[in-house]
Amino acid sequence: MILIMKITKIEALENIANEIRISIIEEVYNAQSGHPGGSLSCSDILTVLYFNQMNIDPKKPDAKERDRFVLSKGHCSPALYATLAEKGYFSKDLLKDFRKLESNLQGHPDINKVPGVDMTTGSLGQGLSAAVGMAMASKMESAGCRVYCLVGDGEIEEGQIWEAAMSASKNKLDNLCVILDHNGLQIDGKVEDVGGLTDIKEKFESFGFNVIEVDGHNIENLIYAFNSAKQKKGVPSVIIANTIKGKGVSFMENEASWHGKAPNEEQYKQAISELKLKHFSN
Amino acid sequence: MNIENKIATRQSYGEALAELGEKNENVIVLDADLSSATKTNIFANKFPNRFINVGIAEQNMMGIAAGLSTYGKIPYVSTFAVFAAGRAYDQIRTSICYPNLNVKICATHAGVTVGEDGATHQMLEDLSLMRTLPNMTVISPSDDTQTKWVIEEISKIKAPVYVRLARLATPVIYDANQKFEIGKGIQHGNGTEATIFATGVTVSEALKAQEELQKQNINVRVVDIFSIKPIDKEIIIKCAKETKKIITVEDHSIIGGLGSAVCEVLSEEYPIKVERMGIKDTFGKSGKADELLKYFKIDSNAIVEKVLQ
Repeated sequence: MILIMKITKIEALENIANEIRISIIEEVYNAQSGHPGGSLSCSDILTVLYFNQMNIDPKKPDAKERDRFVLSKGHCSPALYATLAEKGYFSKDLLKDFRKLESNLQGHPDINKVPGVDMTTGSLGQGLSAAVGMAMASKMESAGCRVYCLVGDGEIEEGQIWEAAMSASKNKLDNLCVILDHNGLQIDGKVEDVGGLTDIKEKFESFGFNVIEVDGHNIENLIYAFNSAKQKKGVPSVIIANTIKGKGVSFMENEASWHGKAPNEEQYKQAISELKLKHFSN
Repeated sequence: MNIENKIATRQSYGEALAELGEKNENVIVLDADLSSATKTNIFANKFPNRFINVGIAEQNMMGIAAGLSTYGKIPYVSTFAVFAAGRAYDQIRTSICYPNLNVKICATHAGVTVGEDGATHQMLEDLSLMRTLPNMTVISPSDDTQTKWVIEEISKIKAPVYVRLARLATPVIYDANQKFEIGKGIQHGNGTEATIFATGVTVSEALKAQEELQKQNINVRVVDIFSIKPIDKEIIIKCAKETKKIITVEDHSIIGGLGSAVCEVLSEEYPIKVERMGIKDTFGKSGKADELLKYFKIDSNAIVEKVLQ
């Protein structure tokens, strides 16, 4: 097994999540392009995964026995890159080149370009199938790896998600944990208005999932949810994380228009100063 | 070529896969509820723990294969060509080819020779779609011997491969001693009246035409372009220089397939007239496979006529 340093102190994890949010704003501002809304909504989830839950070692990004993470909502790459840099997979300096011509930090994650990225994603609805394949391979080899897959609530309008959900359940993939970043918004508005998606909990339950609902910004509750998913045997789990799109930056919160837009200089300064105020002193 | 000894390349595939499964334990086979038609059931019966039936969900199947390959598995994925290259195109593009993952897509029931099922099930655009994808190797075998060689050989390529297989039983062309190489065409005869570039089920039709023409003292050569990508530029240019007429024939749309690939090579390297035989920008239709070869003018008689024109 890989040696990992688990951070258990809640304030420490909250500070890391805040650092990730600052990096997200820096990335999108520098690129003048990217997706801040959904990146900010999943920052706490990624923090708990990478700093408290996953069996990983940034020095061995290709270790076979590592846990896997698939960012199926690949447009939230700023959050993933910020998390990987924070964890030490690569230098934080590289984040400033996000989305630029010579950068490995492509608009959407690339398995071959970025250490720590376990699957290329970007075309919505595809990542969960890959995660199912990984979880199956781990079972075949009795490797004991857990596979985490983050999907968006707009993304699950894609039919392939439900094909993959069916496979996960049929194959009893209790090593698979899906996290739904349920921020309620997609590009064109509210998820229930645009695609008509309702009764998410019931839908996953009817597909045979162990469903856990949680406040996706409460670190303690997220840790509890992930631990509880780990205990559940014989079925895959989904954590429905109720989140706020744009979380942490007042003017971005709950605004669909911040799905895929960069802040101007004034907005950037305000966002950074708001986030810096949130830092807990250790 | 023994015209009496016929076998469909899908059958050769199923048999080769079961054999490969013994040699390489990383080989995993996936199917989407068509294992008795794609012949992956031979593997499934032998290695039930390494066979995954995903149900009628081809897009999901491609994604699962991608995930398996990141663990060092070698997934062979099968369904009908129309559901692989067509329905799951974006999954092949974004989850397999862009990350350059080691997934083998072996699609059966390509072309009008599917027969009675008709247009919905006759894939005529797959060579075109798959050939355009970066990182992808595209193979269209013509007989049993070649298919069996291909299925094992591609397990050694650590990248995506698309193999186009047929439902129709066609003559065994090659004996066991024949040497094959990905990226190399196989020339039959040295005739200088014409070169017929063929692929898949049309190779045996071209060879029949060659025999028929020989009776009339017209000597043509046939080149089996089973490796669509990479394609054998050298043999194409050499034949264009050495023969009077260039014809391509395929059970595929004349747009984007073998004919287009040959034209791309010649237009840049040795501009010359090329006559493309294939399905002419239309959908297929129901009928018996041999009737359809005749109807769409890609059978041996049509080839003879084209040479004589």
